[in-house]
Amino acid sequence: MSSGSVLFDAPGPKARRRIFITNMIAVILLAAIVALVLWQLGNQGQLAPHRWWNAVNGTAWQHYLVPGLIFTLQSALIALVTSLLFGLIFGFIRLMPFVPLRALATVVVEFFRAVPVLVLMVFFYSFFSLVVAPTGAMDARDAPYFSVITALTLYNGAVIAELVRSGVRSLGKGQREAALTIGMTRGQSLRLVEIPQALVVMLPALMSQFVIILKDSALGYIIGFAELLRYSRQLGAGYGNIMQSIVIAAIIFIMLNFVLTWLTQILSRRLSSRTSGDTTVENPGMAKQTLKDPSRSSRIREDIGIAEDKP
Amino acid sequence: MDGFISLLGDYAVVEAFWTNIRLAFFSCIAAFILGFVLALFRISPVPSLQWVGTAYVNTVRNTPLTVIMVMGTLVIWGQLNVTFSSDFETNFFILAVWGLSLYHAPFFCEAIRSGVNTVPVGQAEAARSIGLSFLPAARLVVFPQALRGAVTPIGNTVISLTKNTTVAAAASVTDISAVMQSMIELNPNLMIYIFLTVAFGFCLIVIPIGLLTTWLSNRLAVDR
Repeated sequence: MSSGSVLFDAPGPKARRRIFITNMIAVILLAAIVALVLWQLGNQGQLAPHRWWNAVNGTAWQHYLVPGLIFTLQSALIALVTSLLFGLIFGFIRLMPFVPLRALATVVVEFFRAVPVLVLMVFFYSFFSLVVAPTGAMDARDAPYFSVITALTLYNGAVIAELVRSGVRSLGKGQREAALTIGMTRGQSLRLVEIPQALVVMLPALMSQFVIILKDSALGYIIGFAELLRYSRQLGAGYGNIMQSIVIAAIIFIMLNFVLTWLTQILSRRLSSRTSGDTTVENPGMAKQTLKDPSRSSRIREDIGIAEDKP
Repeated sequence: MDGFISLLGDYAVVEAFWTNIRLAFFSCIAAFILGFVLALFRISPVPSLQWVGTAYVNTVRNTPLTVIMVMGTLVIWGQLNVTFSSDFETNFFILAVWGLSLYHAPFFCEAIRSGVNTVPVGQAEAARSIGLSFLPAARLVVFPQALRGAVTPIGNTVISLTKNTTVAAAASVTDISAVMQSMIELNPNLMIYIFLTVAFGFCLIVIPIGLLTTWLSNRLAVDR
């Protein structure tokens, strides 16, 4: 099996000819589809150079794309930090032996994992703008911004809490037993021995969670948060190139996430030599591609249902 | 509390949830079919098909769903005048189903591919050595095991798709999140009850799917 696929044996001369012919047909079909789409777009005047130029020139970047991008990145970064805090606290509680508290943390985590982020955002937006803002604690214009961060924190914090729990479980019970033997309490063992190790194991998974947060921050568009997508729409409305400006926004999102995913993979390779735990990570929100080895790591992932994705 | 009960009567909460369930149902089928085709592309030995599959997966899974939905309404419908139905509401519903399906297809594709990867090479080799040709080997030996191995990631994708149906609000579909928004706007004092009703509704839909997935994956697990 040179191809690495279960389904296909190494091709012989006949199969190779068949692959070549299929390949040619697929290339021709693909070229035809692309040509058809471009022709249709050209017919509608969507390929006019000025429309595209107005979406990527200096003015577009200066007044629309960069400000939008700053808000997107800023809210995503803040949400990453706060959800990490939330996740560490709740992951810690879920690993503690005190049952009532643990049950409460389980309910909280499961609740926020089950409720769609948009529903959380809509609720907090109304809460901040109708309840908090009148008290003067918050400017009503900031309500979308804070509701995006809060909703992202609660959902992703719950996911990270599960990551912490599974990270600690993947260490094996020897670590805890050793800590207890030298006289530590369960809390000390978690805080000083297990969670620090689990964090190293988790780092790549955390980074891929950042991709999900970044994508989710675009949900803020629906409640009026001035992020990249909303700015692009304004750009398109102003210059009559709505298609071009939204395509540019999509390309920016894709490139950002692509780079982040790539960095995550590098990091996970680097870290794998530094810890006994499993640092391999699937693409954000994707099922892990374990090659013919349903080993410990993939079972842990499946166990906590990490293949959770968001828009 | 009385005000809240009468509020539920004023708004079509159940109908709105039903919209989300319908969105999830149709998108799941379409996304699964598309994801299956993509997985076949990526597994196939044909370079151009592999390239198409990989390019699609890498592009779409890095695009926010909101961007896809907005593109559907503002660009596909608004700019390019593509309509799926003369009825306004049906048109946006179909657009949202397309958006959800196109977005989730890569996730189904990767779920299926990870299932195929759980099948040991020995299974395919054994199938060939007893004389099965390509299609029978795929149909009788590899795919049954692959789909069993893919139950958990497919279940997780179905769950996130169900939750993501709320994003259809960005494509002008009156789903539960849109109804929730207008309910709260007019009855801010009942905000908490409205939120908890919607949230509880989602728990009611999502948690059983999760339990079913776990049960199925344990029941269907291939003993190796």
